[in-house]
Amino acid sequence: MINLTINGKNYPVEAPPGMPLLWVIREQCELTGTKYGCGIAQCGACTVHVDGQPIRSCITPASSVEGKNITTIEGLAPNENTLHIVQRAWIDEQTPQCGYCQSGQIMSAVALLTENPSPSDEEIEQAMSGNICRCGMYGRIKSAIKRASEALQNSSTTNPMIP
Amino acid sequence: MKKWTRRAFIGAGVLASGAVIIGIAIRPGNRTSKVSGLVAEEGETLMNIWLKISPDNTVTAIIPHAEMGQGVHTTLAMMLADEMDADWSKVKFMEAPADKEYANYILAKGFIAGDANSPKFLEETIDGVFLTAVKSMNFQITGGSASVRFTGQQGMRIAGAAAKAMLLQAASETWKVPVEELKAQNSTISHAASNRTATFAELAPAAAKVKAPKHPRLKTQDEFTIMGTSKPRWDIPAKVTGAAKFGLDVMVPGMKYATIKSAPVFGAKVKSVDTSIPSNSSGVLKILNLENAVAVIAEGFWQAKTTLDTLPIEFESTENDGKSQEDIFNEYRQAMDKDLAEGNLDKHFKSGDAMAELSKAETLIEAEYQLPFLAHFTMEPMNCTAWVHDGQCEIWCGSQNPLGVKAAAAEVLDIKPDQVTVHNQLLGGGFGRRSETDVIKQAVLIAKEVDYPVKLIWSREEDTQHDVYREAMVSRMKAGLDQSGNPIAYSHQFIFKHHPAEAADVPYAIPNQLIQYSSPASHVPWGNWRSVDHSVHGFLTESFIDELAFAANQDPFTYRKTLSKNNPRFQKVLDLAYEKSNWGSALPPNWGRGIAIAQSFGSIVAEVAEVEVTMEGKVKVHRVVCVADAGFAVHPDGFIAQMESGIIYGLAAAMTGEITIKNGAVAQSNFHDYPVTRMNEAPKIETHIINSGNPPGGAGEPSTPVIAPAVTNAIFNATGIRIRQLPIAKTDLRVSIRQTT
Ligand code: FES
Ligand code: FES
Repeated sequence: MINLTINGKNYPVEAPPGMPLLWVIREQCELTGTKYGCGIAQCGACTVHVDGQPIRSCITPASSVEGKNITTIEGLAPNENTLHIVQRAWIDEQTPQCGYCQSGQIMSAVALLTENPSPSDEEIEQAMSGNICRCGMYGRIKSAIKRASEALQNSSTTNPMIP
Repeated sequence: MKKWTRRAFIGAGVLASGAVIIGIAIRPGNRTSKVSGLVAEEGETLMNIWLKISPDNTVTAIIPHAEMGQGVHTTLAMMLADEMDADWSKVKFMEAPADKEYANYILAKGFIAGDANSPKFLEETIDGVFLTAVKSMNFQITGGSASVRFTGQQGMRIAGAAAKAMLLQAASETWKVPVEELKAQNSTISHAASNRTATFAELAPAAAKVKAPKHPRLKTQDEFTIMGTSKPRWDIPAKVTGAAKFGLDVMVPGMKYATIKSAPVFGAKVKSVDTSIPSNSSGVLKILNLENAVAVIAEGFWQAKTTLDTLPIEFESTENDGKSQEDIFNEYRQAMDKDLAEGNLDKHFKSGDAMAELSKAETLIEAEYQLPFLAHFTMEPMNCTAWVHDGQCEIWCGSQNPLGVKAAAAEVLDIKPDQVTVHNQLLGGGFGRRSETDVIKQAVLIAKEVDYPVKLIWSREEDTQHDVYREAMVSRMKAGLDQSGNPIAYSHQFIFKHHPAEAADVPYAIPNQLIQYSSPASHVPWGNWRSVDHSVHGFLTESFIDELAFAANQDPFTYRKTLSKNNPRFQKVLDLAYEKSNWGSALPPNWGRGIAIAQSFGSIVAEVAEVEVTMEGKVKVHRVVCVADAGFAVHPDGFIAQMESGIIYGLAAAMTGEITIKNGAVAQSNFHDYPVTRMNEAPKIETHIINSGNPPGGAGEPSTPVIAPAVTNAIFNATGIRIRQLPIAKTDLRVSIRQTT
């Protein structure tokens, strides 16, 4: 039995040695917004934050992140009625198509904007090229990141974690 | 669970509250009570099979299509609401249950009869015939870029218009005023002269008693208020919060997990496997030998997968065990030679005498093309949750064909389809793959061995190696040009014809044509892949016409335009592509521009690609200008999104997409050896829509067939190297090679 802290909540879980965080999050914590796409750190669908850093949960053993702060897509919005600035931008640009990759895309985008609130096109491409979108919504993902970046400039904080 | 319950509705985003039943306008025969039991609750008025009105004046469109990101729920509801003059803010949708009553006869009719309008007096008969046919085919498909074209045009719009006519009639009778003096607007009916207004909901019970018109008047395009606008898509908000539920996300109390390994060589059987649970495994509940596959059920996917990976499994050998991709292409070529020599080719199209004219031509151009097998690689790997209990079966999955799912499950269990309930979920990509039922059958086979629900999840490796594949192809093309470079004869010999039937047609004015094909045996299973045969023929036809333009020493744009002289819609699309792409303007060194155009699924799409080929031979597609004659784009932003999507999907295939066979099995396994386009490789896409006044064309597929030839034609323009084999990555494009070519 290990204790995970996900979105500020404590989850005691059963994770045999080596079991990736992805499957613990999805199957035991029932937070299904984090997706399985490849299992080998190729697609980014499983991206979550550990202490603010984006990681691929499909290759990260759950046991290795005990005691750390894990954030999933479900924990991004500050409360039930307010969306995160990046989520808002995603809706404004009508970004998702099938939507399956988008949790991972948004988690990567938030990590990028936290580090670099006004990224250039090249910086966006570099930061986001680990996230595959089979629906090919790359143009809209890029526009949404730029829109979120602008919204950040115009808001009182540059920390995208604080909307 | 026999009935579609309220609980199931909540998942579809519908608040049901209450059912009065009215006549069914659209469908032949009277099935109101059956349908009402499926979709309406107490207090609600089912106006026809696709529309109900709730006491709070909400209009609900009942949509017989799956959502896979194409925005079909929003767009089809828009079509219904516009015709009805409903207040858009009070319109909702629910996805139609997987029931034969919702078998999509209109869609099948569209496929079979095309867009041609049948004489009105025949309609009842035709509809009746099609409904019967479709029901027996278990046809409830989302595919063929057809939802708007058929269900929307011939179903939703009529449903909305008929309901409005009934409401107007009810108001006229209640208020004793002529129907011409009434106005429908914002979900109300009003009579200005007497200053009376009633909501749709207030009138619905009376409207229910009005005889439904079979041919209500439809709006003309200038009367549209909702169609032609880009309403925010309903499916999007849940997709940014993680709340959206895909098949993989289904949670059923007491559910366990399974994963599977099929025999690597298609058609092989399991020879031996020890199904006792290994002592060193954790959380494993059962190991099943399914004859052609082995499945492990466990407490979680990872426990099942790690155990399955270490199980020693022996498979029977088959005649295909030694087969390589090279062997397959050789077999194809031999079959083509043989069919040609023996006169056994199947005819696709013939006009004039192509063979005689070819021998007389001033210039003869010949080329052989080759295309690889392609996998779908939907973002969400295949999965299905099944629970077999009390003589019933419940299925949770994301399917392009829920009625097919129902039939497949019933067949495996030898029960009636009525004993199967399908809870369709969002699809994490379809592209044709999710119209199959192979995974459903496996899930049911597994679930019937236990008394709890089981979620079967395919690993990405299984997904790659047990897909149904776009065919690999060898194609031989010949053309004869006259003195001025015009093609006078054209022959094309290809292999495998699936659908759409017209895919191999040449859209250009060439008098003598002979288009033929062979159907060699193949042990690799085939499946619908985005745009189906167009994905092949778009590349072949548009590459070869580019070769002809070059041989004729003409500009590729002008050549196409001249040869489209009988097709003004083509010419308009070409002209706009010329203008928007600045065709002919100077490009940096090592850059090239290429154009391609094709009509598919009712839309005509031209793309101009701007491509850079670096000294090291790396291809970078910088910009794609896409021009589409959409007929009429009902949801322009959704149409544009589909164009973008189809381009990236086709580009991934063109650049690196290739499934190869090694020792009878698929050699690739995951994204590392089946690379797809990523953001840093994605071009800037500019889409321009032409609303030509024709009926709406498809959106989901028509941008895919032309991207490969647009790019390879651009590579030719940049380097002088003609790519006749896909993927592009197979061709060495280094500058040193170029100079010697
Ligand atoms: S599932 Fe983790 S990167 Fe693909
Ligand atoms: S939206 Fe479908 S994979 Fe990205």
